[in-house]
Amino acid sequence: MKNEVTKSPAAPGGAGFWKSNLRDYGLLGSLLVIMGFFEFLTGGVLLAPVNITNLVLQNSYIVIMALGMLLIIVGGNIDLSVGSIVGFVGAIAATLMVDYKMPWVPVVGLSLVLGALIGSAQGYFVAFARIPSFIVTLGGMLIFRGLTGNILLGQFVGPFPQDFQSISSGFIPDVLSAPLVAVFGGSSAFSPTFRWTSMLIGMLGAGLLIVTSARRWRREKAHTIETEPFALFAGKNAVFAILIVGLSYLLASYRGLPNVLVIMGLLILLYMFVTTRMTIGRRVYALGGNRLAAQLSGVRTERLIFLTFVNMGVLAGLAGLIVAARLNSATPSAGNSFELDVIAACFIGGASASGGVGKVMGVVIGAFVMGVMNNGMSILGIGIYWQYVVKGIVLLAAVYVDVYQKNNG
Amino acid sequence: MTAILEMRGISKSFPGVRALRNVNLTVQAGEIHAICGENGAGKSTLMKVLSGVYPYGSYEGDIVYKGDERRFATISDSEHLGIIIIHQELALVPLLSIAENIFLGNEPATMGVIDWGAVFARTRELLAKVGLKESPNALITNLGVGKQQLVEIAKALAKKVQLLILDEPTASLNEGDSDALLSLLLEFKAQGIASILISHKLNELAKVADSITVLRDGTTVETINCRIEKISEARIIKSMVGREMSERYPPRAPQIGDKLFEISDWRVEHPLHAGREVIKGVNLHVRQGEILGIAGLMGSGRTELAMSLFGRAYGRNVTGKARMQGREVDLSSIQRAIASGLAYVTEDRKSLGLILNEDIRNNVTLANLPGIAWHGVIDDRKEVTVANEYRAKLNIRSSSILQKTLNLSGGNQQKVVLSKWLFAYPQVLILDEPTRGIDVGAKYEIYTIINDLAATGKGVIVISSEMPELLGICDRLYVMNEGRFVDEMSTSDASQERIMASIMRQYGTVQ
Repeated sequence: MKNEVTKSPAAPGGAGFWKSNLRDYGLLGSLLVIMGFFEFLTGGVLLAPVNITNLVLQNSYIVIMALGMLLIIVGGNIDLSVGSIVGFVGAIAATLMVDYKMPWVPVVGLSLVLGALIGSAQGYFVAFARIPSFIVTLGGMLIFRGLTGNILLGQFVGPFPQDFQSISSGFIPDVLSAPLVAVFGGSSAFSPTFRWTSMLIGMLGAGLLIVTSARRWRREKAHTIETEPFALFAGKNAVFAILIVGLSYLLASYRGLPNVLVIMGLLILLYMFVTTRMTIGRRVYALGGNRLAAQLSGVRTERLIFLTFVNMGVLAGLAGLIVAARLNSATPSAGNSFELDVIAACFIGGASASGGVGKVMGVVIGAFVMGVMNNGMSILGIGIYWQYVVKGIVLLAAVYVDVYQKNNG
Repeated sequence: MTAILEMRGISKSFPGVRALRNVNLTVQAGEIHAICGENGAGKSTLMKVLSGVYPYGSYEGDIVYKGDERRFATISDSEHLGIIIIHQELALVPLLSIAENIFLGNEPATMGVIDWGAVFARTRELLAKVGLKESPNALITNLGVGKQQLVEIAKALAKKVQLLILDEPTASLNEGDSDALLSLLLEFKAQGIASILISHKLNELAKVADSITVLRDGTTVETINCRIEKISEARIIKSMVGREMSERYPPRAPQIGDKLFEISDWRVEHPLHAGREVIKGVNLHVRQGEILGIAGLMGSGRTELAMSLFGRAYGRNVTGKARMQGREVDLSSIQRAIASGLAYVTEDRKSLGLILNEDIRNNVTLANLPGIAWHGVIDDRKEVTVANEYRAKLNIRSSSILQKTLNLSGGNQQKVVLSKWLFAYPQVLILDEPTRGIDVGAKYEIYTIINDLAATGKGVIVISSEMPELLGICDRLYVMNEGRFVDEMSTSDASQERIMASIMRQYGTVQ
């Protein structure tokens, strides 16, 4: 056979790469612009340490659920029930802790198992009974919202043990500041209230990001053909590093890193790894890209769809705990319409409604776009109904740009 | 004789690619004009310019139709003047009836209220004209591809077609349906309807074409007047590829070893109609290093047999025994079939073979992800190495392994699918219509890959509707008809006539 490789056209580098990845940079740019816009309009309130801390606390559960939703959407499905699962799991956890005086640690475990069970029930109907996910989870949305109401009987159930509350409202212990202050004295550089542990973790995180992406970039350059131009690569990572360090600085000057941010950060890393480096992640993308072809290539498509729903259930359960801990009570309306924010985050983040496309980083940024807008508009005192209008327009605009680029790019 | 259509000096560019360069095409009134060329030669682009898919202004050159210069802005402009194009991928709505499809967008109606009486009457007329014996109420989804093609043609007739353009109309038809379609074209010709026929099947062109225009790399090579000159396949191929292709099939020295894979009394029922046997007790074996062909008409059960073997991807109540190297194997799921050493390259690359929005790399490794992963974690370096290796070995023409498979030509897409299955290291590879819609040059490359595979001791089973292909590359053939193997022959004893005869004989005994 002919073994020589035909001369191929030049690999797209530089401008070509910029063009084919325009969306990723555009999204990051949009987040920065939106942040700058609200920072300006709110007269600096948006980026104040207290508000940044609030922003993280308010958005953590959206981001966490968006990670699961991404896999569902990439696999070609949708889950409308996550908001109701948040309410339901919160209600069950509250009842167990408050009415049955169960210690909080087993309650957390049980709640996650409950989420998994709900996910598997819905996953069964979608994957094996082949009922469209829209219908199954619309049913789930009604069922679990109804059950939440029945369990709570219109009451707030709370308060919870301090340790449980600290899942949401706690901050990581500051073990470094005291020794630092002791050694260097309480000078202005080492103000006793500055959380050095959090700051250092943030700086370490940024460093780690730079090192790992630099290694990956070098490897790609050595092995493949299409590498990000150095300027873009450096610029993008610099922006990320500055964002991380800046965020940790702001958080450190208030009360440090919230526990929930740590949970969220670890989950983001985990799902990035799963989607980009693991076979199961690759198979989900193949499933969403072409279900039949994936099936005929030996991918167990039904089991995989089932698993994406189980995974979503667990994450929704976790979100339910975080929301309950944050409010320090379970309420019948907890988690109401969260599914819309979560789904919007995925689509703003570049996931395709027809499946097969979407990145973890995109979805996280998408969630923060929604979060910053929610927060900024609330500070400005814009009414909730106008907030809906603005968010709807932003969602539509983001997807319109996507589709436009796809058709005309 | 006057020209119904003249396309003069047509040039068309896409970003970075010059698709057409100064192409000329003249179609005489009432003739069948064939267009030949390798994939990517510009045939479809030229037809899209003609039909207004690419509007006036997006190309250079003139289109003169029926004596006037035309500037089509949309497809409906050209359809209005009777230029109707039937694409390779049929554009029918599966869950609507024949009548509804034929008049879709063209319904006889007053004030938006459809006159169903007229629709059905006209449909019956048109179906009679194209020789399709079906009720106008029949749903498209229940028709075979051949009949669907006839519905498309009836639809064209309903629009008062003057110039019918067919893009590879017989690619998915069996020989009987192809012949029927070609004689229909001859009938239209007698009625004064001109046709442009794009086809890779040179023997068909020899049957019906009045003239043949050959395109190569976006330019017109020549127009052959078939009334003056006798068509020879060698001549056209030479003109298409720019070189003499003395051998359409690569030479091969078969080294056939022991029995590798065997099935006995394989029976499969229709997935929707329990009790209706589609595969009726098939016995098959393939030896190491052997290329085995399965001939038969479309609908004879070849694809159904292959898919039922491959993890019961087709049918229900599958029974029968399968042996790989003498040991009984369990083929009850696709995963088990792959693990047993089976691979199946589907008939339909786009919808069943590839993840089109993913790159070459991800497609190549999909069937054997554990082969590039360690405990579920993908080793990027290994993956890139593997993908590059197959890209080079199979000569996949692409900018890099990161190119989306969507943007590859048919031949290169097929090479990606083949790479995927080669990387799964099968013992037996089943290829269903491996060269459908692929140009002559790429076909040769695919045959070479098949030969190489057999030379390493694998068993290859080729399903094809093109008998010359089976005769050209296989060592042994089974002839399939109505779910049974009706004949078996060594290729050295085989001929197209003998294959057809065994199919016909089968019909004789049944009736």
